[in-house]
Amino acid sequence: MIKETYPVKAGDMTAAGDVSARIKRQMKQLGISAPIMRRISVCTYEAEINLVIHSLGGELTFEIMPGKILVCARDRGPGIADIDKAMTEGWSTASNEVRNMGFGAGMGLPNMKRNADEFSITSQVGVGTEISMGFLI
Amino acid sequence: MRVQEIANVLNAQWLCGEDCASMQVSTAFASDMMSDVLAFVQEDTVLLTGLINSQAVRTAEMLDLPCLVFVRGKNPHQDAIERARALGIAALLTPYSMFEACGRLYMAGLQPVRLGEDDD
Ligand SMILES: Nc1ncnc2c1ncn2[C@@H]1O[C@H](COP(=O)(O)OP(=O)(O)O)[C@@H](O)[C@H]1O
Ligand SMILES: [Mg+2]
Repeated sequence: MIKETYPVKAGDMTAAGDVSARIKRQMKQLGISAPIMRRISVCTYEAEINLVIHSLGGELTFEIMPGKILVCARDRGPGIADIDKAMTEGWSTASNEVRNMGFGAGMGLPNMKRNADEFSITSQVGVGTEISMGFLI
Repeated sequence: MRVQEIANVLNAQWLCGEDCASMQVSTAFASDMMSDVLAFVQEDTVLLTGLINSQAVRTAEMLDLPCLVFVRGKNPHQDAIERARALGIAALLTPYSMFEACGRLYMAGLQPVRLGEDDD
């Protein structure tokens, strides 16, 4: 079984996506089917972007288990006060600067939920956010 | 439609990925917001965008898109082109505006991505 953890830095838009690209290459080598790989890539990328643009820094974990791939995003804050709001399509607190870089449409969390077979999000203001996504393979 | 035909219809310059000229795409999607692209797009799609940083290429990479078109003659950042080249993704530069580029491709027979349908 494989379990890898990759740190993701806050604020570094030029590196945003590097971890997701790495995970994608790994999935290719493992022969994960293209449609499942695409769904997982959408989720890892959206999660990675959120760590960069919204969090104080965190990590992505990629784990292969029998019949299932698990992706987790964990960060060190600032946390989400209203998760229902954050899950609403189009709702975003992203800055104009982030929008100019192509993100901040408020579709990231809904995209993750739609593409994952299992999705859970927990968050505590001042502590951090944890998103866990499972994909049946 | 083959990527080469897209280049012809858009009077486009090849920035990289000439190897993809004979690849087929059946639909097109146009947006500067990458999350919208990630929400709606299937793999045999050409992405038209005014976003010229490397996140446009990253988005194409995540979705296995064969071809990216940069509109309004706006040259993408060099690292974006290099990334597309390394990934084997065709990058085209058209002088047309987003509206005109989309209009020309639509008239040439390219289909829109159907929204609200599951892509798997
Ligand atoms: N890791 C995170 N830490 C703090 N806030 C977050 C995090 N992820 C998402 N959010 C909040 O939830 C909102 C919606 O997220 P998302 O759906 O990804 O849209 P977007 O990233 O485009 O704003 C964000 O604008 C932000 O306010
Ligand atoms: Mg987001």
